[in-house]
Amino acid sequence: MSAGGFWVGAPVPRKEDEALLTGHARFIDDMEPVPGIRHAALLRSPHAHAEIRSVDLTRAAAHPGVHGVLSGADIAAAIGPIPSAVRVPIDYYPMAVGKVRYAGEPVALIAAEDRYVAEDALELIEVDYRPLPPVIDPKAAMDDDAALLHEAVGSNVVHHREFRYGDPETAFAEADRIVRLDWTFPRYSSTPMETCGAIAQFEPAPDRYTIWSNFQGPFILHALMCGALRVPGNRLRLITAPQSGGSFGIKQGMYPYMVLLAAASRLLGVPLKWIEDRLEHLVGSSSASNREDAVEAAFRSDGTLTGLRFRNTVDVGAYIRAPEPASVYRMHSASNGAYRVRNIAVDNRLVTTNRLPIGLNRGYGGPQFFFALERAMDAGARALGIDIAEIRRRNFVPADAFPYRAPAGALYDAGDYEAALDRTLDLAGYAALCAERDRAKADGWLFGIGLATAIEPSGSNMAYVTLAQTPEERARAGGRSGGLGTCTISIDPSGSVTVKTVSTPAGQGHATVAAQVAADALGLTPDDIDVVTEIDTLTSAWSLASGNYANRFSSVVVDAIGNAARTVAEKIRMIAAEDLEVAAEDVELADGTARVVGVPEKSLPFRRVAAKAHWHPAGLPEGMAPGIFETAVLSPPGLGPPDEQDRVASAVTFGFICDLAAVEIDPGTGRIEIGTYVSVHDVGKVLNPLIVEGQIVGGFAHGIAGALMEEMVYDEDGNPLSGSFADYLCITAPEMPRLTIGHVDTPSPHTALGAKGMGDGCSMLAPVAIANAVADALGREDVEPPFTLNRVWDLVAGGGGAG
Amino acid sequence: MLRIAPGTRHRISVTVNGRPHAGFAEARTLLSDFLRHELKLFGTHVGCEHGVCGACTVNIDGRAVRSCLRFAVQVDGAEIRTVEGLAEGGALSPLQEAFRRRHALQCGFCTAGILISATQFLETSPNPTEAEVRDMLSGHICRCTGYEGMVRAILDVAGETP
Ligand code: FES
Ligand code: FES
Repeated sequence: MSAGGFWVGAPVPRKEDEALLTGHARFIDDMEPVPGIRHAALLRSPHAHAEIRSVDLTRAAAHPGVHGVLSGADIAAAIGPIPSAVRVPIDYYPMAVGKVRYAGEPVALIAAEDRYVAEDALELIEVDYRPLPPVIDPKAAMDDDAALLHEAVGSNVVHHREFRYGDPETAFAEADRIVRLDWTFPRYSSTPMETCGAIAQFEPAPDRYTIWSNFQGPFILHALMCGALRVPGNRLRLITAPQSGGSFGIKQGMYPYMVLLAAASRLLGVPLKWIEDRLEHLVGSSSASNREDAVEAAFRSDGTLTGLRFRNTVDVGAYIRAPEPASVYRMHSASNGAYRVRNIAVDNRLVTTNRLPIGLNRGYGGPQFFFALERAMDAGARALGIDIAEIRRRNFVPADAFPYRAPAGALYDAGDYEAALDRTLDLAGYAALCAERDRAKADGWLFGIGLATAIEPSGSNMAYVTLAQTPEERARAGGRSGGLGTCTISIDPSGSVTVKTVSTPAGQGHATVAAQVAADALGLTPDDIDVVTEIDTLTSAWSLASGNYANRFSSVVVDAIGNAARTVAEKIRMIAAEDLEVAAEDVELADGTARVVGVPEKSLPFRRVAAKAHWHPAGLPEGMAPGIFETAVLSPPGLGPPDEQDRVASAVTFGFICDLAAVEIDPGTGRIEIGTYVSVHDVGKVLNPLIVEGQIVGGFAHGIAGALMEEMVYDEDGNPLSGSFADYLCITAPEMPRLTIGHVDTPSPHTALGAKGMGDGCSMLAPVAIANAVADALGREDVEPPFTLNRVWDLVAGGGGAG
Repeated sequence: MLRIAPGTRHRISVTVNGRPHAGFAEARTLLSDFLRHELKLFGTHVGCEHGVCGACTVNIDGRAVRSCLRFAVQVDGAEIRTVEGLAEGGALSPLQEAFRRRHALQCGFCTAGILISATQFLETSPNPTEAEVRDMLSGHICRCTGYEGMVRAILDVAGETP
């Protein structure tokens, strides 16, 4: 317990760990929920872009042990296309129909007695492809003569909108200095260690589908799956596995596969299991987007940032899959970052290419957005001869300005950015570091320092995605807003407490934090409380925003847990008050008892009081409902729909992060040595310091990996070159730089406990902090991640940074 | 040399965590699949099936081995230790305890293989440096933790806090 006598805030070791450490935790591939399961394998396209002339399944179907075979056309005849958030004439099916649009796209499905036999039969499928010109470069995809992925759209640009806040034209016309940068942001993925997996069962009379999976939500996608399967929501039952082996957003992208398995189960008359293998994962699952972006920043000579122009070109891959185009809108309403600048123009284009469709990935849009803004700040500082810390200090939203309404609508809840910057500089020994850098440079060494800051939006307003529509289109479509959190707490007749959250964790320790929150409200210990984190859409209380994304656990779900726990506590106090013959206000719950405040010997065991709600309804206070089963549905305040000027309060809380990196580059090898990396966070009230630190270090690993090594590479024909873990180089222990973490936490007024969302963290900043340091070291601003040996070596040698 | 015709199944007997186990495997059945789907020992996880991630690591006759790179028929008669066998008598081993204390796991999917490797590593290198621990861990991929907690946990058990 923490010093103040609360579980919340204490470094409580995790409830989840014992089962995981002893091999008793269960994941999707460990499950056999129904008898008679057959195993599915998918034939995937070897071509990036090709017409499918014919698919011959006869030999595969005749293979011993094969139960059934299906082509894309079979699937398309049985279901509708998966609906999209963008209104373009694209019929997206989970298996290719008529044409393949990326290497790795599913073309046929085999169901067999086991996976080995299913894969044998894949080799017997004969597909006649007519290759088409591949479209790999998103810039070239926009050319008039580019081959089209979706002929009916008439262009590879599937979304384009321009936005304007304040008066950017005047800001740029009157600027003393304008910084312009453009770059390619690489495509990478957090590749969870457990791949996607699902078991789907169709049952007739009446038709219903059940899918067990490690899907992470958001459950707004449930509605899209129902749309494709043409059933009402109560006939598509989604059940999540007890544990999920990491997700980082990626397991959002599996919903087309869930639809595919559901439809195939129906067509083949058996329950079907499919566990994605790693090779499939790397070519056919999901990833963050690669982008061709540009930024212009207008400065006054004193370093005041007066205007920003963003030009974003997002490569969405072969299909625009919901919730896209959200990746480019998640940060939109906070386009000013941590700064006071109010004149902002944004131009967003989404382009289809013959690559894997994109989706959520840790930081979702953040790494790309902050790359633009924070590169501009360091480059601006250098252009104006101002220190990189000082230029930020001069532009920060000041500590006394919160709550602060950003020009594009975000409402920043709380922060002290300058204090966090100071803490960062302090931890880094900034003055000494600068002196070291200057000495090193004078001696001809390549040494650089980079800074970066981010605000961390958490607890999404689901309506931000509708920025993709014009105000008129939104008006026609009807209102959308908010992002509900739900939690159910029950006490059974033995008096034991169960908390059910619908947050689909994949390793973030939600069960532990939920137990801490409930324990404080009920006067129990976290060990007394059982937490169920599996979702069953048929039996759990849930809503569109259920799931695990955009740091929504501590910014939204925790308050729903607190609300449900307080309602339960109130009921327990009222029951106890009658037996103790005092007023309910005079009863406190502590140490596993309900007792009279100030008279601790007048007490009753918690379990006995709670059990009474079941065993003795006639003895309950007048008018009280029997049983204890409380569901809290929380709608965070202030999350309205976008207004006519395209402003929207996009999230509940806004954390803050300040990262500083100092690097030395070996000119002989191109190797970057990260000598210093400091990251200071404002996460509001810290709910569990162990878990917060774990999230920060984990996010840092993803950010560093994106900065230095990880990239999903396609050759010019669209062949994925990073199709195994021998080619897609995940960061390992020796490559991790030492990270120094600091905190300047300002409690959020938007949440009951003062917590803010966190978890994206350094995944958003490490790429730009390292890029800024590399730019400083090399004395040139045209630097692009990933900073692999080859690319850095080429930059050092005066080349363009080609790998 | 043992010869098994394709498509036929062979009876494999092994000792796992001190208990006799037997099941059937084809010549091509991976040890990882045999342990998980034939013996129903689901504690061993599969992250890549091509020998890179280390999630599937088990101890065979005293050596940490990637079970996705072995066929079940190769281990007939072997003594195997999996993550299920690390908590002797139901009490977490010092290393498991340290993992919990140091928050060395998040999703826990990589953890089984890392525990097996680290347990064997500490048997042969009882006083490793941090660099040696990191080097040992380089044979494993963890996507959640950034490795920091597990480095500290292993050093804790080695009696050498950083
Ligand atoms: S599953 Fe065996 S090394 Fe990855
Ligand atoms: S704890 Fe999730 S991969 Fe290591």
